[in-house]
Amino acid sequence: MSLFNIFNVSGSGMSAQSVRLNTTASNIANADSVSSSINETYRARHPVFQTEMAKANYQQKSSQSVAVKGIVESDGPLIKEYSPNHPMADNDGFIYKPNVNVMEEMADMISASRSYQMNVQVAEAAKSMLQQTLRIGK
Amino acid sequence: MAISFDNALGVHQYTLGIRSQRAEVISSNIANADTPHYKARDVDFDKILHTATSRQRGLKMMGNDSKHFNLIALSEQNYGYRIPNQPDTGDGNSVDIQQEQSAFMQNALEYQMSLGFLDSKFSGLKKALKGN
Repeated sequence: MSLFNIFNVSGSGMSAQSVRLNTTASNIANADSVSSSINETYRARHPVFQTEMAKANYQQKSSQSVAVKGIVESDGPLIKEYSPNHPMADNDGFIYKPNVNVMEEMADMISASRSYQMNVQVAEAAKSMLQQTLRIGK
Repeated sequence: MAISFDNALGVHQYTLGIRSQRAEVISSNIANADTPHYKARDVDFDKILHTATSRQRGLKMMGNDSKHFNLIALSEQNYGYRIPNQPDTGDGNSVDIQQEQSAFMQNALEYQMSLGFLDSKFSGLKKALKGN
């Protein structure tokens, strides 16, 4: 029955959005973690979403769920700050801050949580449609 | 004379299936609202209803080899892509979440409507059987 597939689709949407929310939380938590070298500094990370097209085409289905293809680290420039009194400062007196844009992360967080809610609503609507179908003829 | 459910239920038995299929397609659009290069899809109701009602006339063909074409799958390709409201969203995604949400809501109501029609058909049959 095809209505049951909606639960798989919206479930995949929910898990993808929760991965996105996870990366946002990690980015915001690490927004101020300084380090003394470029290689050790935290970089903002974001998930890349992908439609599970191959599976859907193979099984000739009308539903296409979403999957997290991978998580990429941002290669934007790190913030290099001269602060010789900082305990993490390197030999030249510099510290390195992550390339996390907190405003962007907040907007991303709101977008992710709205998308999550939308998927929950879809699952709920599908549930009530199924329940009404079960009650037919009574 | 036996009761023919096909005649008794009319078109509503097919519309119900199509509505549930459309719900599936729109839920895919909503789940993929943030997927780059995803294009929003929808079903062509006219075409799909025609396919569904013509199938009852016994045109289904058997396949006994894995290389045979799946005729049902070929005839079921009634999906189209939505024409986006704005030319470029930046990531190649054409899902308009407001549009999809209202389409899903409308489809759920139409599903309930079809269910209501089917329900009254069944209660009519029951009434005829009981005769009181």
